[in-house]
Amino acid sequence: MSTPVAAGTLSASSPAASRVWARRWRRRVAALAESTPATIGIAIVLAWVVLALLAPLIAPYPPNANDMAALAHTQPSKAHWLGTDHLGRDLLSRILWGARPVLVIAPLAVLGAAALGSLLGLAAGYYGRWIDLTITRACDIVLSFPVIILYMIILAHFGSSAWNIIGVLTLTKAPIIARIVRGMTLDLREREYVAAAKMRGESALYIMLVEILPNARGPLVVDMCLRSGYNVIIIGALGFLGIGLPPPDPDWGGMVKDTYGMMMVWPHMALVPCAAISSLVVGFNLLAVGLRELGLRD
Amino acid sequence: MKRFVVKHVAFLLLTLSAVSFLVFTLNEFSPGAVARKILGAYATQEQVDLLTKQMGLDRPVLVRYVEYVKTLASGDLGYSTRFKLPVRDVIFKHLANTALLAAVAFACIVPLSTVLGVVAGMREASRLDRGILMFSTVIASIPEFALGVFLASVFVVWLGWLPGTATLVAGGGWSVAAQLVLPVAVIVLFDSGYVVSMIRASMVEVMQRPYIRTAVLKGLPFRAVILRHALRNAMLTPVTIIMLQINYLIAGVVVVETVFAYPGFGRMILEAALFKDIALIEAGALVAVFLAVVTNILGDLAYRLLDPRIRA
Repeated sequence: MSTPVAAGTLSASSPAASRVWARRWRRRVAALAESTPATIGIAIVLAWVVLALLAPLIAPYPPNANDMAALAHTQPSKAHWLGTDHLGRDLLSRILWGARPVLVIAPLAVLGAAALGSLLGLAAGYYGRWIDLTITRACDIVLSFPVIILYMIILAHFGSSAWNIIGVLTLTKAPIIARIVRGMTLDLREREYVAAAKMRGESALYIMLVEILPNARGPLVVDMCLRSGYNVIIIGALGFLGIGLPPPDPDWGGMVKDTYGMMMVWPHMALVPCAAISSLVVGFNLLAVGLRELGLRD
Repeated sequence: MKRFVVKHVAFLLLTLSAVSFLVFTLNEFSPGAVARKILGAYATQEQVDLLTKQMGLDRPVLVRYVEYVKTLASGDLGYSTRFKLPVRDVIFKHLANTALLAAVAFACIVPLSTVLGVVAGMREASRLDRGILMFSTVIASIPEFALGVFLASVFVVWLGWLPGTATLVAGGGWSVAAQLVLPVAVIVLFDSGYVVSMIRASMVEVMQRPYIRTAVLKGLPFRAVILRHALRNAMLTPVTIIMLQINYLIAGVVVVETVFAYPGFGRMILEAALFKDIALIEAGALVAVFLAVVTNILGDLAYRLLDPRIRA
């Protein structure tokens, strides 16, 4: 593991430094490729990202277009590879377009939670005393709450939109990150390089963000991967419960909600979006398993 | 022990007051909001204003909150506009239904994940370990509603062995026991994926301890090493995690309840939230938090009882 001082003294603009960075990244990618779960995980997630990006080009139909003729025969066919839903909308197109909101909201909410949680955890661990006590207690309260109930109350009250979902996910996941970062900060703040930075007269904010945080990133990255997977599950569950992204734009969870009542007649309408969302979460979680294995080997 | 009790009861009260205040202000902060929710969207503004005055809702939020807590403390939880019944009866009925589901699921999750976790963790990186780890990762990655749809499409649509809904009213040729099978299966699969990985991680750690090596080197059979030395220590950390699952089983199974139309606690809260049934939301949230914190405390307690080092 590199020391933050070494990383800090190399400015990223010099050619020598960029070569060091490139080499380090190549080594990391090579290490990841050695782990089977990580390779499968990356492949699945990347495939979904590419499909989502290319959705406007490769989706055979507009996602909300009704094909009334197809309603007589909704099963998969040559015209509709995955069949259509109960309103005659092409399932393949809706799956491709539906990958977009999930792949934006889940990582954004994770980043939000990581940013907020890191700041809270750093402050709690670095300052200690009443700041620590207040933050830890507040986090404990949020963590003791069955969050899905919180989502239902908040989203039913304020109405559901992409930003509201990102907001509640950020607020409810930040305490977990805060707890991890606080634990690491308690340990890291006693290190020599922190003492040296204090001696140099660096500000508390600088010490927390530049000296401590980069050394806490290992567990954080694994956790962020896991969180992305969980967020995909939650976004799907919210859509399924009817408090997710508003219709008619395709949302995987909402697609299942609209059609699972018709399973006895047309099971494919609910099965297709279920398969899509499951595969994406499996991808994120396998990636997390792989990353953790790598972390343990170092 | 006395300090333990005082500390946890204090946290319980702090959490309950924080949550009740948050939910209360969220629902009742803006004047007129409560009357509007009671009267519905088609009432005129005059009617809303009149009811607001009558109910004394035009007074400051803090005053009303103190009054609300006093009513709660006297045991009056209010009246549910959604179910047209006293809130206490509504909550009790749905909680009992969920408790049944949770108890059956819990009785399956604990032995299943203990066996799988211990077997996987006792020989790290063996083929069996890899297989179980892969299985639990994949199973825990499938959202509950998707798992429900997958299982229902096989056992309900294709084979026709089980009913697709669990309304707890025997009918259509299906007994209540048959109705419980699929919801329980979904919960057990989804949840044990997570618990297995936790127990496995703890087991892996314990197997690297010196006393395990000593036990192996002094010639004990592997079975005895696992059962006599590793098992109890490996179960220490997961006990708290297992207790936390009760929390999930009571409030978090709303998705499973929705898939199978199960009349449970989580779905009651969802309906209350969508129907803007304020009294039921507020009381339901308090009950959920109360149960969550109490199971937390029980987890801590179990940890202390199992680990003599911190019994003191």
